[in-house]
Amino acid sequence: MSVSRWLSLESWKRWLWSFIRLTLIAGLSFVILYPILQKISTAIKDKADLYSPVVVWIPENFTMSNFLDAIRIMDYWETLFNTFALSATTTVLTAASCALAGYGFARLKFKGSQLLFACVVLTILVPPTTILIPIYLNLKDFTLMGLIPLLTGKSVNLLNSYWPFILTSLTANSLKAGLYIFIFRQFFRGIPKEVEEAAYIDGAGVGTTFTRIMMPNAIPAIITTTLFSFVWQWNDSFYTTTYLTSSKVMSTQLSSLPYNLSIMLGSDPSKADPFYLSMVQDTGILLAILPLIVIYLFVQRYFVESIERTGIVG
Amino acid sequence: MKSITQRFGRKQRSYGKQKALWGIAYVMPWLLGFIFFFLIPLLTSLIYSFSTVTANSEGIGITFMGMKNYVTAFTVNTSFNRMLTEAIVNMAVNVPLIVIFSLFLAVVLNQKFLGRSFARSIFFLPVILASGVILTLESSSLVQAINDQNAGSGGLINALGSFELERLMLQAGVSETIVNYLTGAVDRIYEIVSQSGVQILIFLAGIQTISPQLYEASKMEGATGYEAFWKITFPMVSPLILVNMIYTIIDSFSRNELTDLIKTTGFVQFDFGLSSAMAWIYFLAISIILLISTYFVSRKVFYHE
Repeated sequence: MSVSRWLSLESWKRWLWSFIRLTLIAGLSFVILYPILQKISTAIKDKADLYSPVVVWIPENFTMSNFLDAIRIMDYWETLFNTFALSATTTVLTAASCALAGYGFARLKFKGSQLLFACVVLTILVPPTTILIPIYLNLKDFTLMGLIPLLTGKSVNLLNSYWPFILTSLTANSLKAGLYIFIFRQFFRGIPKEVEEAAYIDGAGVGTTFTRIMMPNAIPAIITTTLFSFVWQWNDSFYTTTYLTSSKVMSTQLSSLPYNLSIMLGSDPSKADPFYLSMVQDTGILLAILPLIVIYLFVQRYFVESIERTGIVG
Repeated sequence: MKSITQRFGRKQRSYGKQKALWGIAYVMPWLLGFIFFFLIPLLTSLIYSFSTVTANSEGIGITFMGMKNYVTAFTVNTSFNRMLTEAIVNMAVNVPLIVIFSLFLAVVLNQKFLGRSFARSIFFLPVILASGVILTLESSSLVQAINDQNAGSGGLINALGSFELERLMLQAGVSETIVNYLTGAVDRIYEIVSQSGVQILIFLAGIQTISPQLYEASKMEGATGYEAFWKITFPMVSPLILVNMIYTIIDSFSRNELTDLIKTTGFVQFDFGLSSAMAWIYFLAISIILLISTYFVSRKVFYHE
């Protein structure tokens, strides 16, 4: 008798907790998804529905004109290609250089490697704003320690090209690269030493061991860093607006979308309907994050089921 | 015999040396970048902050000015003081909330329930969406504002909810500051959720590395879930609380108005000296906050070893 009562109390408690948990998770998921749902609903609305008090979520007049406007003004396909090329290049280079550095710090200890790793942590801590101006001036008159003027007679201006991104990611100093080095180091430290030693005994050099043994084992860490670096580069407006002033990439196109739209409408920008501008801008944001969501759908399972192997914790 | 050991010893040493050489080679790309894209700019920026920088066609002229730029930043510039304090206060309010919230959610998302992987993929979505330009633009969306107005009833319920909560807690005798803090957190739930994606990820990864034997043993001894959380989960993830706190502080500082102000001063008004001085004050403020909070938290952290 007492056992069944205890059982029922326990099961009541469990039932109550799963109910609370369901409510909590459903509510918070709604909070997260709300802006996206709202953008979708805004994007398919007609201009007239915007002021209609009866329309909240589902529009009366479906239209694709917002999409067409946004695609035309943002020069979407060209922008998409540019952004993809930029993000993919920096991602591949950053992942490669950070993996090298991470492995160096984790397994190939040398005098002063501790100190240098402290410097990696320092690069995470210093806000990029602090070093932005000297980097900007440096890239504007890029000399490569005086080598380029010797060859061509004058320095080169690297601004408005992809070179700043390529150079910084090649040298593992791009956006948040310190974090990726940290992740790789933690991950490589977690791989048993025996694996590496077996490779050495079988006659593999350090390079072969790294490319043939360590990298295939580090796939979770590679996925984490490539996803982070791709997404953050895609959304980044801080470096992009500084280095690339006239090239068409997603983040610059997005922030100048309302202005370009009002120019296209032909009237005085200050007279254009602000709600309509905002509507097209929301559509633009939706278009900009769409590729990211598609990518996320493919890689999310790595995050969802095997996070302990992503190397964040080590 | 001696020669063999000698040779052996030399060979061992050279193997170690060889590895060290490889280590230097592997770290080299980063080291070059660190020197050219970090260390030199950092020092240059320090020099700029103490001088007036004039850029013309011949190049850059630097005149040493002493502390003038720092004085200007604090006394002449109209918004620097306000933005710096705002950024610090915002951070002090948000960081504890984000860390506690993400720990709680990580514990919940670690339990087994129907649709867990679906819930997890939604909760990690902010890692992708709430960064950079999208976040900036989202806050200025007019359609969102007008929709909230149109859906007046929804907004009303929302306000009523936290209002009820406030009344309830005040009647229960909770101090007014705490009540305001908590209801403020409820009202800013989107802001908090959208900033805790990476933190949830880190905590979840940490919780999954705790060996299940610990929980089994505690269950055998009759510990409740609540006790298991405070005696096992919490101490085991406490190093990650420190990590997450640092990450949240850095992250909260990378997305505020102050960054824009520093950038405008540098690239619109072309006052490189003043901009560098502001950036350095900003950096020092962050370092002080990080040092203080790390000092206090790291004393409580439990390390397994």
